[in-house]
Amino acid sequence: MTTQRDYGIPGTPIFDGTMAAKGYALNRMCYSFNSADNRAEFKRDEDAYCRRFGLSGEQREAVASRNVLQLIAAGGNIYYLAKFAGILGLDVQDIGAQQTGMSKDEFKARLLAAGR
Amino acid sequence: MATIVGAITTSHVPAIGRAIDKGLEQDPYWKPFFDGYPPARAWLAQAKPDVAVIFYQDHGLNFFLDKMPTFAVGAAPEYRNADEGWGIPTVKPVKGDPALSWHVIESLVADEFDVTTCQEMLVDHALTLPMALLWPGGGDWPVRIVPIAMNHVQHPLPSPRRAYRLGQSVGRALEAWPGDARVLVMGTGGLSHQLDGERAGFINKPFDLMCMDALVNEPEKLTRYSALDIVREAGAQGTELMAWIAARAALTGRVSKVHANYHVPISNTATGLMVFDNQPAAVARAA
Repeated sequence: MTTQRDYGIPGTPIFDGTMAAKGYALNRMCYSFNSADNRAEFKRDEDAYCRRFGLSGEQREAVASRNVLQLIAAGGNIYYLAKFAGILGLDVQDIGAQQTGMSKDEFKARLLAAGR
Repeated sequence: MATIVGAITTSHVPAIGRAIDKGLEQDPYWKPFFDGYPPARAWLAQAKPDVAVIFYQDHGLNFFLDKMPTFAVGAAPEYRNADEGWGIPTVKPVKGDPALSWHVIESLVADEFDVTTCQEMLVDHALTLPMALLWPGGGDWPVRIVPIAMNHVQHPLPSPRRAYRLGQSVGRALEAWPGDARVLVMGTGGLSHQLDGERAGFINKPFDLMCMDALVNEPEKLTRYSALDIVREAGAQGTELMAWIAARAALTGRVSKVHANYHVPISNTATGLMVFDNQPAAVARAA
């Protein structure tokens, strides 16, 4: 399994050529979610939709898990993943909370604190 | 010769689009952000630009990983916004200025910036929201645009030094443009924020304020950082700062800060706004 190169910035994935190659199918599927018809089609039959884009086993599991860190490890880029999160009704604070293991309220409180 | 009237750099967080749509400008959460913009609009009313050259990033609307240009210059007669997947309202099309676009492209390539040229180009929130903030209320946009998209999705990203030199080169191109166009330069994105990874939610107020300060009188100071330094200091998505650096570098006259605003947080982002006035060198000498 291809893994993320370490750039020495803790907790910070760097979407480089290796990850772009690894994540191509997953990101291509997420890019298709710019279209409302495609979003509806995914919701109608998630399995068939994932098959159509040729997701790897790791990517299919990550999609099923709805786990952002797992999706990133599978090569997902945050900007394409945000379109997937949109289908699930999650905003960037929901996905921030999920990745940091906080509640959404805790995550928002931390953002507020950063401004002081 | 064209006149570069100045530059405006501003954040472009997608949630702004929803807030405008719902009329939340005076809502307590949003007020400190939106209150930054009237002074920028007042300056625009007297600067009267008729064209805007906009450094921004595409976040997966026009460009996908199949073809990912480092720098792409629009050369279309019109630019449209479209569904980005999470349902913020689209804005009306913006007119281009193909003659100026091609002039900028020719000048950049002559200057060894081998850019991608786009006669069709969808523009995402990074371009449309700053426009909606600066020229609210519907009606026709008062400016034509030349969009310059900078890769922000896939590393390696261009360095701050490269962004700075790109901006300088665009500034020289604009100054050499015959006619009496009044040009505004814009840079959008930032400031510090991170959406992905265990460090999601990272914001660095001291670094942001240092950058805003440096941009006024010593923007080249920011060129000592690498792109990865910016990731470390400003967060994975904080590299949008590159568009601010390019916009500021395009100003070649006597530059002064007209206005600035900084507010944390909007969504996951530290937001900033700066307005720079540019007195062209010839005018500055005569004064």
